[in-house]
Amino acid sequence: MSALSVFFRLAALLPLGVVEDDDMVAGMRILVIEDDREAAQYLARGLKEAGHVAEVAADGHAGALAVEGGGFDVVVVDRMLPGRDGLSIVEEMRGRDDATPVLILSALGQVDDRVVGLRAGGDDYLTKPYAFSELLARIEALARRRRPGDVETVYRVGDLELDRLSHAVTRAGKDVPLQPREFRLLEYLMKNAGQVVTRTMLLENVWDYHFDPQTNVIDVHISRLRSKLDKGFDKPLLHTVRGAGYMIRDGGRPT
Amino acid sequence: MSRPGDAARGPQATRGPEAGRGAASRAAEAPATAHRWGAFGRIVRTTAFKLSLVYLVVFTAAALFLLVYIATSTTDLLSRQLEETIDAEIKGLAEQYKSGGLNRLVRAVDARSRAPGASLYLLTDFAGNRIAGNVADAPAGLLDAADGDAQPVPYQRLQSDVAEEPRAKTHEALVRIHILPGGFRLLVGRDLAEREQFRAILRQAFQVSVGVVILLALGTWVFVTRRVLKRIDAVSETTKRIVAGDLSGRIAVDGSGDEFDRLAISVNAMLDRIEQLMHGLKEVSDNIAHDLKTPLTRLRTRLEVALAGPPTLIAYREALEATVEDSEGLIRTFEALLRIARVEAGSTGVALAPLDAAAIAREVGELYEPVAEEEGATMTVDAPGSAPVMGDRNLIAQALANLVDNALKYGHRPDAPARVRLSVRRVAEAVEIAVADAGPGVPEADRERVLGRFVRLEQSRNAPGSGLGLSLVQAVASLHKGSLTLGDAGPGLVVTLTIPAAERGEG
Repeated sequence: MSALSVFFRLAALLPLGVVEDDDMVAGMRILVIEDDREAAQYLARGLKEAGHVAEVAADGHAGALAVEGGGFDVVVVDRMLPGRDGLSIVEEMRGRDDATPVLILSALGQVDDRVVGLRAGGDDYLTKPYAFSELLARIEALARRRRPGDVETVYRVGDLELDRLSHAVTRAGKDVPLQPREFRLLEYLMKNAGQVVTRTMLLENVWDYHFDPQTNVIDVHISRLRSKLDKGFDKPLLHTVRGAGYMIRDGGRPT
Repeated sequence: MSRPGDAARGPQATRGPEAGRGAASRAAEAPATAHRWGAFGRIVRTTAFKLSLVYLVVFTAAALFLLVYIATSTTDLLSRQLEETIDAEIKGLAEQYKSGGLNRLVRAVDARSRAPGASLYLLTDFAGNRIAGNVADAPAGLLDAADGDAQPVPYQRLQSDVAEEPRAKTHEALVRIHILPGGFRLLVGRDLAEREQFRAILRQAFQVSVGVVILLALGTWVFVTRRVLKRIDAVSETTKRIVAGDLSGRIAVDGSGDEFDRLAISVNAMLDRIEQLMHGLKEVSDNIAHDLKTPLTRLRTRLEVALAGPPTLIAYREALEATVEDSEGLIRTFEALLRIARVEAGSTGVALAPLDAAAIAREVGELYEPVAEEEGATMTVDAPGSAPVMGDRNLIAQALANLVDNALKYGHRPDAPARVRLSVRRVAEAVEIAVADAGPGVPEADRERVLGRFVRLEQSRNAPGSGLGLSLVQAVASLHKGSLTLGDAGPGLVVTLTIPAAERGEG
């Protein structure tokens, strides 16, 4: 993870194009409600390495108390906790109009478990065992989602512009013709500009598929999109983050 | 009955109504006869006995009702006829008296008294002295009640008049007294023997019919025990064997198509399903043992070797990176196995929703089209219009993705790129989703086998893959009450997923 953490520290220092407050991605306060002590510790350490502040609550009651205290940017909660059900904590939060983004972790992986989790007020749902890079990318995407900038109709990264209303994409003023799916792929990447987006996140958000397509179909779609965006330009915008996923951002390869 | 330890066995004794009743009846008997009553109790408790008893009671009651009804109505009719006859005779005799006086009446009475099968006659003067007739004696006071209703009385015939009867015998008769002008009293009656005989016949008929009903009840008992309950007993015997662990036991079906056959067929279907699930579970654990232990061993060995080797950062890092990669593979296999098991058990908990299979096929085609292009393969999607089915979008999409993925990986000859064709069409009541390739195909003998978990054919051993793809497609097919068939695309393999079509207009 050290490569990632270096990257995020760099990302926090670099000026990042049109989207100004990307520094919010680093230095978040994250509450982890997880009863497996060892897993929680690793998680906290990983989050700290990525430049965030992580607090751990070891059971449902402690977690609920910590949530009530407030001040967290993202809450990560295990669904099955001793003392208290993880979902009830989320429901309580939403009942208080506490809109802090919540990521639910669960060992249950049925499609409807996911729906139940999201219906309870969770913003995202991740099944154990997960890759840490996946969890980190999702936490950061959640923090980003809160920002008021989400309602903007035009996304800009460097000289790339995407108009969400007219579906027009231009780079350096030149039209970039995209297929409808490619447009949605780029839209999602640009919405999360400056952040790692994993293959699973893309599959879920762009295709609405919740399964593992053995072959890395996403990679092929990305490389096709990349050839349309970056071909003929010196500065690539669509980057591959090794071991994690993809990122669209203005600026060179970080590592 | 207080055996030591009864209190401790309390919960056992009340386990079921059968056990409870058995204990109660045994408790009521002396210990010596307990076993005899136990056997009797067992018979009493059988359905055959109860059925026969009900049969007996119902039919006896019906026969009794019928006979009583016939008896009362016919007795009424007979009595009325007798009365009418008596009235007619009295009227006739009174007319004789009126026209010919006492002499003529006496002659008429004598004549009638001697006729065979005669009625009863008695003529007395005002003081009660007998003048004529064939009745020896009338009970005291009877003659005072004149012109009343006809009434049954005991009487004796005159011995001289009835030759066949050696001595006077008391009979019963229906009589009526008429007072003639001049104080003479005339008694006319009819013997009731006829009515009594008829009653006797009815009584006999009743006894015979009860006897027949008892015989029929016994017959029912034997039939029900032999033919019907024996089959129920066979069912409980089989289930006992199954509970004891022999899952292969099945209930005999005799092909008669009656309720017992239908019961046996559905119980057998249930057993098939249970056996299939158990088999699936066993297979999963066997597969996990085999296919997960190997990479786990590799993973552990690598870590141990790294620890034993020189403690350099590079060596450690390499070992860790390889371990992360391996564990990712393990997790994938594990998830795939779990998913198959869940889909097979039908416990994804996902309510099937109306979907358009053609649209899903187009989406999956679009998802894989760049992959095909990159590999130099050609992929065509032939899924026009809509093909409504009831299903789970993710599962159908994953099944199609697996099929297309397989076709791209294995569906080509060494010298030529893959040609994959994904088509959806409606066939009668079903939707057929077919993925065809131009590869070497699958030999007919292997077609059933490749649907199993972790099965990989020799020629594809070196290509990447877990051997779980088709197992999931198979599971998805059965969750949707459809089927999966492998066929010859000539050349190549065609895999067809058939799902029942939803009503037109849905999806």
